[in-house]
Amino acid sequence: MTVSTADTMLYLNGVSVAFDGFKAINELSLVLEEGEMRAVVGPNGAGKTTMMDIITGKTRPDKGEVIFAGNVDLTKHDEAGIARMGVGRKFQKPTVFETHTVEDNLLLSLKGSRGVFDLLFARRTKAEQARIDELLDLIRLGDRRSEKAAALSHGQKQWLEIGMLLAQDPKVLLVDEPAAGMTDAETMQTAELLRQVAGEHTVMVVEHDMDFVRALGVKVTVLHEGSVLAEGSLDHVSSNPKVIDVYLGR
Amino acid sequence: MLRTLALSLLLAIGLGGAAAAQSLEELVAALPDGGYDDRAKIVRAIAATGDPRAIGILEALSEGDIQQLKSDNSVVRVQKGGAGYLIFDPVTGESRGDVKRRDADKVKVNNGLRREIAAVLGAMTLMSDDPNKRLEAAVTAFSTADPEQIGALDAAIEAETVDKVKKALRDARAASIMKSGASLEEKQEALDRLVGRGDRDALSIITAATQDKDPAVAKAAAEAQEKVERIRAMWSNAQNVWYGLSLGSVLMLAAIGLAISFGVMGVINMAHGELVMLGAYATYMVQEVIRNSAPHLFDYSLLIALPIAFCLSGGVGVAIERGVCRWLYGRPLETLLATWGVSLILQQTVRSIFGPTNKEVGNPSWMSGAFDIGQLSVTYNRLWIFVFALVVFGLLLLILKKTPIGLQMRAVTQNRRMADAMGVKTGWVDAMTFGLGAGIAGLAGVALSQIDNVSPNLGQGYIVDSFMVVVFGGVGNLWGALAGAFTLGVVNKFLEPYAGAVLAKVLVLVFIILFIQRRPRGLFALRGRAVEN
Amino acid sequence: MILRALDLKSQIFLAITLIVAALVPVLNLYVPESSAFHVSSFAVALFGKYLTYALLAISVDLIWGFCGILSLGHGAFFALGGYAMGMHLMREIGDRGVYANPLLPDFMVFLNWKELPWFWHGFDMFWFACLMVVLVPGALAFVFGWFAFRSRVTGVYFSIITQAMTYALLLAFFRNDMGFGGNNGLTDFKDVLGYDLQSDTTRAGLFALSALALAGGFLICRLVVTSRLGKVLVSIRDAESRTRFLGYRVEGYKLFVFTLSAMLAGVAGALYVPQVGIINPGEFSPANSIEIVIWVAVGGRGLLVGAVVGAIIVNAAKTLLTGWVPEIWLFALGAIFIFVTLFLPKGVLGGLSAFVDLIGAKTKSKSEAKGPSSTAPQLAE
Repeated sequence: MTVSTADTMLYLNGVSVAFDGFKAINELSLVLEEGEMRAVVGPNGAGKTTMMDIITGKTRPDKGEVIFAGNVDLTKHDEAGIARMGVGRKFQKPTVFETHTVEDNLLLSLKGSRGVFDLLFARRTKAEQARIDELLDLIRLGDRRSEKAAALSHGQKQWLEIGMLLAQDPKVLLVDEPAAGMTDAETMQTAELLRQVAGEHTVMVVEHDMDFVRALGVKVTVLHEGSVLAEGSLDHVSSNPKVIDVYLGR
Repeated sequence: MLRTLALSLLLAIGLGGAAAAQSLEELVAALPDGGYDDRAKIVRAIAATGDPRAIGILEALSEGDIQQLKSDNSVVRVQKGGAGYLIFDPVTGESRGDVKRRDADKVKVNNGLRREIAAVLGAMTLMSDDPNKRLEAAVTAFSTADPEQIGALDAAIEAETVDKVKKALRDARAASIMKSGASLEEKQEALDRLVGRGDRDALSIITAATQDKDPAVAKAAAEAQEKVERIRAMWSNAQNVWYGLSLGSVLMLAAIGLAISFGVMGVINMAHGELVMLGAYATYMVQEVIRNSAPHLFDYSLLIALPIAFCLSGGVGVAIERGVCRWLYGRPLETLLATWGVSLILQQTVRSIFGPTNKEVGNPSWMSGAFDIGQLSVTYNRLWIFVFALVVFGLLLLILKKTPIGLQMRAVTQNRRMADAMGVKTGWVDAMTFGLGAGIAGLAGVALSQIDNVSPNLGQGYIVDSFMVVVFGGVGNLWGALAGAFTLGVVNKFLEPYAGAVLAKVLVLVFIILFIQRRPRGLFALRGRAVEN
Repeated sequence: MILRALDLKSQIFLAITLIVAALVPVLNLYVPESSAFHVSSFAVALFGKYLTYALLAISVDLIWGFCGILSLGHGAFFALGGYAMGMHLMREIGDRGVYANPLLPDFMVFLNWKELPWFWHGFDMFWFACLMVVLVPGALAFVFGWFAFRSRVTGVYFSIITQAMTYALLLAFFRNDMGFGGNNGLTDFKDVLGYDLQSDTTRAGLFALSALALAGGFLICRLVVTSRLGKVLVSIRDAESRTRFLGYRVEGYKLFVFTLSAMLAGVAGALYVPQVGIINPGEFSPANSIEIVIWVAVGGRGLLVGAVVGAIIVNAAKTLLTGWVPEIWLFALGAIFIFVTLFLPKGVLGGLSAFVDLIGAKTKSKSEAKGPSSTAPQLAE
């Protein structure tokens, strides 16, 4: 806990997890400052998604702790609890509620009570409507608000999902490959969107696309075989011989 | 000869040397003379001759079939027939024609004499030349446990050469000792012997002895009783384990095909039970054909039925996959419903063709009967099914591990899309997998036809149980199905004596529901990211 | 809130149900038999039974259609509700049974029981029985669901263990010493609340009550599915882990809707028993529970009204076919299962509305082609 200070938002300390003997995450330690945006890169099987699974409570680590906001160990909580504390997650494959309208998708994501009976009698307030409108503007889906989410294009679904994350008003945003399957223009727009939200939120972006990472222009962490291989600016890590080794093969 | 000698000696003791050295003929001829006491002496003398024919004569005497002819006072053996009696020479058995009933007088026997004859006969059969007869006599002696026979038993033990019979004789002696006024040491020895025997009969003798007047004997008996009960508990556990393994093998046969199709395709085949049922009906049809045209092949009927059942059920399985399941991939719940529809149709088809009643499927000779290991009774049909289940399991393991189709199946199980991308024809693999699972269901049907009623409802009885096995064992894992089936089988059989068959089943279901709490994906679940999708 | 729950279709459905509830008893009791409008007592009993099936189907649709939970054991909740009502009816027989025992039902006298088992106490009071009708299935669903959902048993796994649950209950209720009449179940009822169960008036009353219960059940389900909670349920159905990562404890929602659904099924069972006059362990058989699912699938899942339509269609077909050629019914039922899953995934109503939409879209595009001035009527969602 020595590293953890007041402005540390997320601190992974010596986390390990193994699946049937295969060490997916191996003594991984990582610190995210409050308001920081971090890009996490690494080849396939480096443990990026598993790391997110651990932070969001989907996978329990065999060892180690994940300290959130200085005092909460996330490994003791479940997904819903972690989400309510303010950790939002975007999946690799865009996952939105296809049969709901775009607006309802955002409505369900808004921060607020999650109690069964509260929801049974909940009515949409003016404040909620205002927040939804604001988010719709941000993700550029204002004109499609009452369409079913299934009708959106791939890129629009990615944005909608980011919008849903923001609706939660999370402290930490975990974004898994937001640019996957996007056109170049969409990729750049997405990078722009993420830059907008960073600052008030702490953001961790997992990405393969180096152009996208470059467009983000933030500190980069390289994962390899479940632990941190290198950390620093993109130029710094991409000149690191170990990183080159891992990416280009030995 | 040694035995005859011993017998003569034994009986000579009782006779005190009287009426010695007379021939069998003379003795028989003397039977009608004198009173019952005289007759008893002659009976002993007859036995003392050691002549094997004596047994028949004494039995006839006891039955009242030895009679004296009024015409010439000769002694004959009679048999009711025609208008009166057919008469025979009592010793040689030669026929001497027939007489009217009133022409012969019974050589009278009273109950005391009958007892005497029985005792003498018992001693004589103990000395019989046929070891089986001797064994039988020893077993009878054990259950009568008459202290009077101890002397005879001692002599018989002395003369006995066959170990098995000797052991039975010693047991009988021990049983008799317990009822006699023998000393504590002797009784202690007898108790040890009975403990070694350790069955229910021994237990009842020991239990009776706990009420012995002598407190020392009663105490020793109580200790022995405890020991026997422990031994019996052990055997009853062994019996439960065996029953459990037997049930487990049946469950495994029924479930393993399901485990394959469930594991590879993630779909539940609700018609699986009906495929088992088809296998059983295939056996029935094969046996019908054999009965009508080649009865001498009956012992091979199951072997002939196996490939036919495999192909029939497998074919239907492939048809189900190609006709129904293929269109429903990615919608497991719908597949479940559709295959349930298939199961209804299969059931009703069989019912329409063969009728709703049970069909008679016979056991070949090598499947009938039972044998004992200690106090464990093992029936051949259960044993063969157990062996068969293991063989099927082994073969399946080989297919999955060593053949190209097995490799492809495993590939599709682990990552369907990747397998597809690697050029595996997933559609074909699905059909083959489903067919293989269904074919195994057919094999299970052949086995089940030997122990269960062959009716259109056969499959229904197994479907929930086999699902439980799959859920318990973990999907996509043959070892899981094996462990699941045997665990559930054994647990079930251990619960049965305490809770009854139905409640045991209910408890097992509750147990599984609770078990799923701990391990939602079964005993041998895969872990990791790949599982989620 | 109620207004929001009642769109046009729901209003039509409720109106029809209420009219049926009022009209059929009147046509049965007050229109002479010679009249063409007379509804026979046989038909009243038959359709009364269908109405309870419809309520049962709605309860299954609530969880399957809206939350993606496929229960293959809903027949168990139905049967438990039925048994609770059956126990009351047994107690109400009193000393009019064959053995004329004022306290013990006939089967207990027959089994030589000396006193009433503890769980039979209280059932002599109608209100208590009614309470049990919802509480017992509700409690079972709550406990079972709590275990299952907490450990994230989903999809076919959940279906299988619900099937195992009803199978276990089937076995248990077959036992005489469970105290529920064993194999024969509970039967030979005389009257309910003093009304003779054989009389036409009582039967007509039960019919009306079933129709009202159906309307009530429908209304409750509509309220749930149109609320924000309902939206969460659909979210769970479509993307469970997304819902979880938005901070919803999925198990709580599932547990709520599963328990509610079980209670509705219990009410359906309680109305079913006095109308058919018997409840036995056969109601627990897994085959029955699967059949309920197919009613919903036939009508169209996720529509509520679809469940009602499906229950009535399939059961009417069953009555017709089993009366006509009994052997053919299982073939037909099997074929329905296959046909609906393969070719009619949205059911009759879903298929119908898709068809209407298609026609609507065509006419719309046609009218648009004619000129911008003509505006096609917007179809309701």
